[in-house]
Amino acid sequence: MNKKWVSRFMAPAAAALILAGCNFSGSGDEASGDSEGGSAEGDGSSAQVITLSEGSDIPTMDSTKAHDSIAFNVLNNINEGLYRQNESNEVELAMAEKHDKNEDETVHTFTLREQNWSNGEPVTAQDFEYAWKRVMREAGPYNYMLVTAGIKNAEAIMNEEVDAEELGVKAVDEKTLEVTLEAPNPLFETLLAFATFLPQNQAFVEEQGDQYALEAENVLANGPFVFSEWQQEQGWTLEKNEDYWDAENVKLDKAEFVVIKDPQSGANLYETEKVDRVKLTSSLVDQYQDNEGFTNEKASGIVFLRFNHNHEVLSNANIRRAVNMAIDRDGLTDVILKDGSTPLYGVVPEGYYNSPEGQDYRELNGDINKGTPEEAQEFWTKGLEEAGIDSLTVSLNIADTDEMKKVGEYLQAQLEDNLPGFKLELKAVPFAQRLEIEKAIEYDLSLSTWGPDYADPMTYLDMWVDGSSANRMDYVNPKLDELVAEARTDTDLSNRYKTLLEIEKVLLEEDAAVAPLYQRGNTYLTRPSIENLVIHPAGADLSLKWASVK
Amino acid sequence: MKRYLLQRFAYAALTLFIIVSATFLLMQLLPGTPYSNAEKLTESQRAILDAKYGLDKPVAIQYLTYIGNLVQGDLGYSFQYQGRTVMSMIGDRIGPSALIGLQGLVFGTIIGLVLGIVSALRHNTALDYASVTIAVLGMSIPSFVFAALLQYYIGVKLGWLPVALWENYQSTILPSLALSVTVIATVARFIRSEMLEVLGQDYVTTARAKGLNESGVIWKHVIRNALIPVVTMLGPLAVSIMTGTLVIEKIFGVPGLGEQFTLSILVLDYSVIMGITLLYSALFIFVVFVVDVLYGLLDPRIDLKGGSKA
Repeated sequence: MNKKWVSRFMAPAAAALILAGCNFSGSGDEASGDSEGGSAEGDGSSAQVITLSEGSDIPTMDSTKAHDSIAFNVLNNINEGLYRQNESNEVELAMAEKHDKNEDETVHTFTLREQNWSNGEPVTAQDFEYAWKRVMREAGPYNYMLVTAGIKNAEAIMNEEVDAEELGVKAVDEKTLEVTLEAPNPLFETLLAFATFLPQNQAFVEEQGDQYALEAENVLANGPFVFSEWQQEQGWTLEKNEDYWDAENVKLDKAEFVVIKDPQSGANLYETEKVDRVKLTSSLVDQYQDNEGFTNEKASGIVFLRFNHNHEVLSNANIRRAVNMAIDRDGLTDVILKDGSTPLYGVVPEGYYNSPEGQDYRELNGDINKGTPEEAQEFWTKGLEEAGIDSLTVSLNIADTDEMKKVGEYLQAQLEDNLPGFKLELKAVPFAQRLEIEKAIEYDLSLSTWGPDYADPMTYLDMWVDGSSANRMDYVNPKLDELVAEARTDTDLSNRYKTLLEIEKVLLEEDAAVAPLYQRGNTYLTRPSIENLVIHPAGADLSLKWASVK
Repeated sequence: MKRYLLQRFAYAALTLFIIVSATFLLMQLLPGTPYSNAEKLTESQRAILDAKYGLDKPVAIQYLTYIGNLVQGDLGYSFQYQGRTVMSMIGDRIGPSALIGLQGLVFGTIIGLVLGIVSALRHNTALDYASVTIAVLGMSIPSFVFAALLQYYIGVKLGWLPVALWENYQSTILPSLALSVTVIATVARFIRSEMLEVLGQDYVTTARAKGLNESGVIWKHVIRNALIPVVTMLGPLAVSIMTGTLVIEKIFGVPGLGEQFTLSILVLDYSVIMGITLLYSALFIFVVFVVDVLYGLLDPRIDLKGGSKA
């Protein structure tokens, strides 16, 4: 009897209790209507509403602490810094109306435009000063961006030698911000579009205390959209900011984001028109590649092989060049990966980084170390002779993800087939471990990845200088170090770009120091009625400012 | 009874303490850092961050600090979700998990009982074979396969219920159904064999010999006695549901704990891993305890008062 009593009364009662506390997002109001509008089918008026998806919740909405692309994406659309990335991934003046420099370009004066926060307070120069110093004071995860920007004392503050108050940023008056740099920096404007450089309203932040940025109503907007709703783990809503200075160019009324963790569910939601854009994994590509909304988008991350330059045989440039040429990248991306990735013969990926004259970096530098198995064998024989050996067994350090294991097995087959006497052992470890092994340079070959910090080729090039924390293979070429140093302070942008091209040539043409494999890509299902969703290479990868529904 | 409860409570606390300690130490063996941009951090930056979060201290000190805070009910802050306490994260996410878990368990038990009883009463008929087949399928096919099938056919093809996401009560039905499959199969198989055993008992023959009508025999003597061992199944089943939710929540986009748990392990969100482990263990211990008590209530042969009499 007791058993029945339990199942009859207690369980339903408990369920009712739980039901009360389980945060449904729909709750019968606007949500369902919105998703219909999002599909823009049926009603001719095509409401300017879209529903997008992300793979997980926003870790934090505090721009000084943000550390991942999901947060950067939201911040980029609801906030605005001195500069903003435009549709062609170049930066243009945003919160700043005017940008003056002194003669040697070390003191920058910004004049802010008239813009209010979403609580009605004006955006002031003090907001920038406060936020930037806060990044340094709280050791925000991207505080090194202020060091990369070369802001005075940023490095000393990061190393805890100087107080954060000493940072080279000062509000001269309410609308004038003065930033002092350690040295002229051609990257400065590019970096200013990054989320770490967003302003924060001190009074609001302090009033919210430890609740700041934890709920939609605890953040302020000063950008094209306001952050109107946020349901933990479920999604969030951005609505057009009518008070935005450039509101007339913002067409979307509303963008909803839902959290979808399973790609197949995402595809199903796309098919039932609940969501207008979902990311596909390679296993779903075959199934959906004929769909009208299927798109292949180049991403800005690269995957490459690191050689341990201390290894007695791998330190030989002919051997490294042979490895470079023995790998058929087309087979890798088109047959094995099928996820939108494209072959890469350089360390700077294609399609994002134009010269001041408007030419793509990859186009200008071409394919480096692309060769046939025969050419590879020539270098291989020469290298083996120089090393005085007739065969070579090395191991490959890889992360144990599906993608990396597939690539590792492919490399093993290619290298062992095309280079007689080459033997490759795969050592798959968890991602974090792969990184530790790499940092300690305790590998022969390592399958590595790199993503850009900012939208400039330099983010793929200065990592190879002697002693850089991202070098991780003891590669040293003083010529490259010199070129990087030169490009870092060269404010003649055309000349600087030439130097950037030169750096890659030293790294690959001269030294074959690494073996680039492919540029990452993404495959999406995107409702064809959506126009001008802008995808950026670095920082925030999505801008909605120019998007609209046909 | 009171002494028994106290004793159980002490054991529970001890078990939890051992689990917390083991998890804490095992977690330290995982490579990596809880910082999401580990790839970009230089050694000196990492040292500064470690100092900020107290991760530079010896493991023993970190452990003592954690236990100290835990005793005061402080589970700490998440690394990944900056500024959020583990307590508030668990609070936000436990509702959905518990709802689909409970619904799955209750629905599964009821359907399982019906299937099992029917097939025992119609032993060796087509009905029996059908329900045994269902049970075997349910046991051997993992719940996420059912989840995918349900999602595709009921959500996409028929459009009767939401494909995924957590919008209203309808959103809970498919995940609960997917979770209930294992429960249905387990309960059905179990009750069927129990029923068959009880049906062959002398007291059933006696009851029939007394002239009791058949439904009276079945309800009063067979089902009631066959149900008792089923109660023991509920403990392990509840636990299997807890782990089952990890995948089901991901597929249906349920904002629950399970998905958060896997994620926090992947990104090494130390405090969240600890918090959820603690919660799961506590729930498990509680469920086992409830089952033990229920068992004692249902079966007079079991005496909860003294372990000594046995």
